[in-house]
Amino acid sequence: MSRIQKAFENKKAFIGFLTAGDPTLEKTEEFVLEMERAGAALVELGIPFSDPIADGPVIQEANIRSLSAGCTTDKIFDTVASIRKKTEIPLVFLAYLNTLYKYGYDKFCQRCQECGVDGVIIPDLPFEERDELVPIARQYDVDVITMVAPTSKERIRKVVADATGFIYVVSSMGVTGARSEITTDVGEIIETIRSVTKTPTAIGFGINTKEQVSKFSAIADGAIVGSAIVKIIAEYGENAGPELYKYVSDMVSGLGE
Amino acid sequence: MSKGRFGEHGGQYIPETLMNEIHKLEDAYEHYKNDPDFVAELDKLNREYAGRPSLLYYAEKMTKSLGGAKIYFKREDLNHTGSHKINNVLGQVLLAKRMGKTRVIAETGAGQHGVATATAAALLDMECEIYMGKEDTIRQALNVYRMELLGAKVHPVESGTKTLKDAVNACMREWTARVDDTLYVLGSVMGPHPFPTIVRDFQSVISKEARAQILEVEGRLPDVVMACVGGGSNAMGSFYEFINDKDVRLIGCEAAGHGVDTDKTAATMAVGTKGIFHGMKSYFCQNEYGQIAPVYSISAGLDYPGVGPEHAYLKDIGRAEYVPVTDEEAVEAFEYIAREEGIIAAIESSHAVAHLMKIAPTMRKDQIIICTLSGRGDKDVAAIARYRGIDLHE
Repeated sequence: MSRIQKAFENKKAFIGFLTAGDPTLEKTEEFVLEMERAGAALVELGIPFSDPIADGPVIQEANIRSLSAGCTTDKIFDTVASIRKKTEIPLVFLAYLNTLYKYGYDKFCQRCQECGVDGVIIPDLPFEERDELVPIARQYDVDVITMVAPTSKERIRKVVADATGFIYVVSSMGVTGARSEITTDVGEIIETIRSVTKTPTAIGFGINTKEQVSKFSAIADGAIVGSAIVKIIAEYGENAGPELYKYVSDMVSGLGE
Repeated sequence: MSKGRFGEHGGQYIPETLMNEIHKLEDAYEHYKNDPDFVAELDKLNREYAGRPSLLYYAEKMTKSLGGAKIYFKREDLNHTGSHKINNVLGQVLLAKRMGKTRVIAETGAGQHGVATATAAALLDMECEIYMGKEDTIRQALNVYRMELLGAKVHPVESGTKTLKDAVNACMREWTARVDDTLYVLGSVMGPHPFPTIVRDFQSVISKEARAQILEVEGRLPDVVMACVGGGSNAMGSFYEFINDKDVRLIGCEAAGHGVDTDKTAATMAVGTKGIFHGMKSYFCQNEYGQIAPVYSISAGLDYPGVGPEHAYLKDIGRAEYVPVTDEEAVEAFEYIAREEGIIAAIESSHAVAHLMKIAPTMRKDQIIICTLSGRGDKDVAAIARYRGIDLHE
């Protein structure tokens, strides 16, 4: 059983996102461990990109902070290897496809396996283009996480058919960022997914309160929080550790059974 | 591999949220491009509104003074709204309307595509919002006001380098947020399939006309067809109908900024490497980790870190050649063609004119060059004055 599968085994999963290298990679290591201590089941590490087209302003700014501090893909791999010595929490990269393409798909996936990265979420890699990455990622036991959107509709059955790891259900139209209200009928989407595959589902985009975590983890197998965490890091910088612990603990307490 | 490939380039690298919409666009385009009513309406708009066909003008004075090949200009600068951009937007906005959309959004660099989109939206009764890098709204302030006059809302984009690529980012984000009633009217032969094909088809009216026009006046095909390349829409439109004419050299002129050996450049073909960005696989200016480079050119319309996938393919197979032209060379060409021919050409188009000035004298007098003037240069006059040290503001 993979680390990702274990994260969803008989429990609801809280998934936290942060941008690697924001404000520094040393702090990334500390923050990941704090989130785990607070009860996160899986951590998404964003590899900063100059032009994150699927992200809202909060994560865009985190990308700029990280890149300005000199963060690179290679340095992130080193940090992950160091984190992996201390914890078995599943780690998944959120990266734009160019980061992998330029690094070389084979080399990138090999480094993931060596350093203990369990999967990759690629917002600009739709089902139609997956074949250029998925067979390579499989060789190195790296899950390429499938995304489903409110607009996927009749595509759902096709795109989730061979999904591995977990399925990222995008709750809202648009880019990442906190929303006060999520109007998509995610229940129907989850139902369709479950009629096709046993791969667990996690809902993300816009979630930032404990109430939302409760609501969405009741519908799906997990809830993903990104921008709200990144906002705390933006506000507290190097001292964000204790604040992250507090925030994530609170969110985790909202998880359903 | 998805549809819409040019060799290995192209593809559809966009978020899942947009995939159904992009397939709808593919289907709609496949249907309407052969629909007699659609074709007739677009043709009418091109003739009666945009002013097509555009002139193929024999530049006799420049031909004499450069002393080599015969020079013809394809005068897209004389189109309504002052550039080739109108060819594409009339097609796309008409398509949007047929698809039942009520709103169009577009990115713009120099403002030409924004102005053209706002114009088509005004004519065809569509709501219109334009995304423009904050830097460019300053460089091209008149065009911002022009778009507003036409009823569009202009959003200055404050993220990243605040230029064309950031305007594209903002537009893609906006489209992801609202697809139901909105079409993203992409301005160049770039982005995810089917945009590179749609834009190329609508722009290929340039080469379709030019080919017929040169055959009529010269009785033969040209030796060289050349145009400036940013994303590459006027060049693709200028090249397309000549691609199968193997003896016609196709030359794209890209913006070298301060020079290809400096970091102030936008010459993607000269310094770029293969990558995946803005929905497509193509060449991009980027670092070893795939971070997109902040590019530079005096021309806001060529200030883009990538190039359309069909150009990348034409380069790979050696069918077209791409040459870098510096700011200084382009400004000299801007001044030269104004003095020599009485044409104030866009600074974008002046990049092609600059290279023309280099090659025409090396060619024989019985040879022929067609150079596309993609737009008029009124918008650039103040910036050129400032480049020459004259404190002139619009």
